[in-house]
Amino acid sequence: MYLTKEEEKTLRGDDGETLRKMIEILVALGDIYGADALIPIKSAQVSGVSYKTIGDAGLEWISDLKGAVKVPTVLNPAGMDMNNWERLGIDPKFAAKQIEIIQAFGRLGIEPKCTCTPYYLNGFDVMYKDHLAWGESSAISFSNSVLGARTNREGGPSALAAALVGKTPDYGYHKAENRTPNLEIRVGFETGGSDYGALGYIAGKLAGNKIPLFKMNSVPEKDEMKMLGAAMAASGAVALYHIDGVTPEIKDKEFVYEKPAESIVIDRKEIEAVYETSGDPSIISDIVTIGCPHCSKAELQQLADLLEGKTVVKEFWIFTSRETAEQNADLVKLIEKSGAKVVCDTCMVVSPAANSFKRMMVNSGKAYAYVPSMCGLAATYGTAERCVKEATGVV
Amino acid sequence: MRQIKGRIIARGSASGKVLMTKDPISFLGNINPETGVVVDPDHELFGKSIKGAVLVFPQGKGSTVGSYVIYQLKKNGAAPAAIINSECEPIVAVGAIISEIPMIDKLDINPYDVLKDGDDVLVNSAEGFIEIL
Repeated sequence: MYLTKEEEKTLRGDDGETLRKMIEILVALGDIYGADALIPIKSAQVSGVSYKTIGDAGLEWISDLKGAVKVPTVLNPAGMDMNNWERLGIDPKFAAKQIEIIQAFGRLGIEPKCTCTPYYLNGFDVMYKDHLAWGESSAISFSNSVLGARTNREGGPSALAAALVGKTPDYGYHKAENRTPNLEIRVGFETGGSDYGALGYIAGKLAGNKIPLFKMNSVPEKDEMKMLGAAMAASGAVALYHIDGVTPEIKDKEFVYEKPAESIVIDRKEIEAVYETSGDPSIISDIVTIGCPHCSKAELQQLADLLEGKTVVKEFWIFTSRETAEQNADLVKLIEKSGAKVVCDTCMVVSPAANSFKRMMVNSGKAYAYVPSMCGLAATYGTAERCVKEATGVV
Repeated sequence: MRQIKGRIIARGSASGKVLMTKDPISFLGNINPETGVVVDPDHELFGKSIKGAVLVFPQGKGSTVGSYVIYQLKKNGAAPAAIINSECEPIVAVGAIISEIPMIDKLDINPYDVLKDGDDVLVNSAEGFIEIL
């Protein structure tokens, strides 16, 4: 791999021990994957934030680092709401460790913004063909696919290395030739709302780590594509997809690709099967959650409308970023009037808060894929409307 | 004395006795981070300690948290002295770099043909070779 004189100096240790190790990580990854150089990045998102995932080992490593990030850097969701953790019954010992982790990141100049939707935040605007080093799988999918930016699937240390150096090795999804679709998926019926999460749940299992090109009857909104991509990155390992006539790269005349050799069809019955348990009134969920990935303003508005004049009869948690919640304090107030809780900085998957429940209703294909294995609960998939009905007891 | 060239992954130099396995290693789950003992009963090295060894394995697998487990092993004084992989993947590569464990891969000669358990080996990943002592 070619390194500039400046980068060589950093690798020799002239810029300190932390930066020497950080650039060593980037160079090793570049060598492993055949990168020819390091390229500047616009922003970074560091995964491995929840104490539930990284434990004491991760905390120790982050605490030992010195320096400051060179690009705007955001964190993955943490294991709890950082301001209001008692409300969901988080163990104070867990909370103390989680606070230590966020403080350790803070010493590196990383703002305590813990979200899987950095693209909603001020200062994290993503433009077509921007190079990023992001680490949360749904955010990677959204930035690559819906925004046409370029990021690999970064692990915690590699995203942090990229943030501190301000660069990432140029390989994988940073290169146009690696972004060509290699699986056509045909969806020959109308789809809307939570159908996209269900579709993603099915498609991810079939696609693995391929790059799907969807041919759809309907044109999804950005929030719907967020749900589609999040589910495919959870049930499979899809980091980039295209939708014919919709996503920016596939509409770009300069983007050259051949029709994928492999083509599959997903039919309506497969989507309906994902909803199956929500249609059985004898299957009761004792908790309902929405906000995987974190809710946008439009999604908060929808929930405020659906909950108007209603009262919840069981735990109903709605996850979003702190910034989105603060910018939409009126909507949060309307939602919480029903007894539902708007929770920031975390989610149902990375927090231990839901572990004591038995069955969770979700409207997210990603949560549907992860909740059983990560939290030990059964999961039911329903529309946002169905989730509100379950929570308010008017099924 | 015999030198074999390889690809530098984590710079450094250390020697120790070879501990080999043909099974990939998931540091999260396979190894006790306090002691360095392999705790997965299905692993070829079950019950053995990787502490202070020149650990030879094909590559890592499993969760990316494995990088942090390698760091924890180092902090606990239970890490291998050096690592030789057939062809490494990012979890172990990153773990070795952040823990300052000399690591090398893609040797010119297949390590499984020339090394055996208990051999004294120097891993010089500052210059990019191993030497059978």
